[in-house]
Amino acid sequence: MSNVEVVEASAGWVPLAAVVLLATATAAASLDGALAARAEGRPISQGLQMPWAETARLFRQRRRTTLAADVLLWRVGVAALLVMALMKVVVIPLGRWTIGDLSVGVVWFNAMDVVVWAAVWLAGWGPNSAHSLVGGYRFLSQALAYELPLMFALTAPAVGAGSLRVGDVVAAQQGLWFVVWMPVAFLVFMAAVVGFSVWGPLSTPAGVDLAGGVFAETSGVDRWLLLTGRWALLTAGAAFGVTLFWGGGAGPLLPPWLWVLVKTAVLLAALVVVRRGLPALRPARVIEVAWLVVLPLVLLQVLLISVVVVVRS
Amino acid sequence: MLNDIVFWLLGVVAVASGVAVFRVDSMARATYALAISFVAVGLILLIFDLEFLGVITVLMMVMEMAIMAIYMIMFMGMNPALMPMSMVHGKRPALVVATGTFLVLAAGALLIPWPERRGAPASHLTVSLGEAIMGSKMLVMLTVSPVLFATIVAALVLAVPGGRYDRLGDDLRRRPDFHRPPAGDEQ
Repeated sequence: MSNVEVVEASAGWVPLAAVVLLATATAAASLDGALAARAEGRPISQGLQMPWAETARLFRQRRRTTLAADVLLWRVGVAALLVMALMKVVVIPLGRWTIGDLSVGVVWFNAMDVVVWAAVWLAGWGPNSAHSLVGGYRFLSQALAYELPLMFALTAPAVGAGSLRVGDVVAAQQGLWFVVWMPVAFLVFMAAVVGFSVWGPLSTPAGVDLAGGVFAETSGVDRWLLLTGRWALLTAGAAFGVTLFWGGGAGPLLPPWLWVLVKTAVLLAALVVVRRGLPALRPARVIEVAWLVVLPLVLLQVLLISVVVVVRS
Repeated sequence: MLNDIVFWLLGVVAVASGVAVFRVDSMARATYALAISFVAVGLILLIFDLEFLGVITVLMMVMEMAIMAIYMIMFMGMNPALMPMSMVHGKRPALVVATGTFLVLAAGALLIPWPERRGAPASHLTVSLGEAIMGSKMLVMLTVSPVLFATIVAALVLAVPGGRYDRLGDDLRRRPDFHRPPAGDEQ
């Protein structure tokens, strides 16, 4: 495997990072559209165009207004999902380059996904609508379920690398990817990505039983921002999973940046495909499993990693 | 120079959003104004190169405010939380206490003979700060924190409706009643 040293790129590359994130998210949405089209017997090419068709439709749609809405908080919540996905990408290296090589990059990612708590709740609170509000509350209860396991899942690679710097975590995976010796942490991390992206089994905050939950009252550009933010969060989560557990840009033949994109695409495609076969889970049930089963498991994983690290040093 | 500008900008944001907490007329706005204030303080810590403390402040405070909003709205009853309401009460005593505290703290900050810096800053600020604060008490912290955490978890497990002990009885031997609606679905 090639030696991947992460260096900070100049600020001029920031727009490119945003474009890469959105392009990958669009590809994932196209795949999802194609799968939906196939399931419904429509032409697959029509499904592939879904992100563009949906964008065109939503950009021409009038904004819905509700009575006594808290417009300021609503707009903040709706926009914040996409913003937080972009903030996460700041610490995710694309091969050799990263926007910000923070000494606490792993914690930064964690802090940004906590801001998603506020964003989704505000998006639910803003429109002054019961369905949206219940969606916001559901998200918070679900967040309480996935956040602690997520924190410990993030601790495992940090302990393995002996550093919270994302570049060090990538460098520590030379020879052996972290997914091999911390599989539980990896699976818990991916489950948390599903959680903060309001995706698949953890999508009840936006569930059909709530007429769309936090999406219920949004239309036009607001809805576009929420949907795009959700796809971007899923993409950023997959990319960070690749960085922490799948060796980042490590791999033969191809340049590191291409490896990151390829691996992210694989992980993202898995997230898109798998959710079709999974039922939505009640938030109250999720928290029981998360605290009684997942949390002890991931703690044992961290303990195991710590023992290995101490013995090896 | 740039750092100074950012510092003052964030300071103004922190104070202004702190003032907004008492000026706005909704619980949700007050809560998130406070969150913005804390986030600004967290970002100020980043300027001092206290990266871990800065980022963790943002993390903890946003999480806390997200949960606090729920409790504020819940305990305020439905009406005051959802209708416009004043965020202040007991104005005169509160004003006296707030002004007094501010004057004492500000006077302390300005008048105290600050010690001269001896030596250079440590290379790992977070580590040295942690050891300076907790070094001799590390054993106590390591003992107390798991006990506290276990207490919280145990209390929750016992208290939560629809939890194991509610469904299966105190000795966990009762057969679960599958016909009973899950917690939250009564009514």
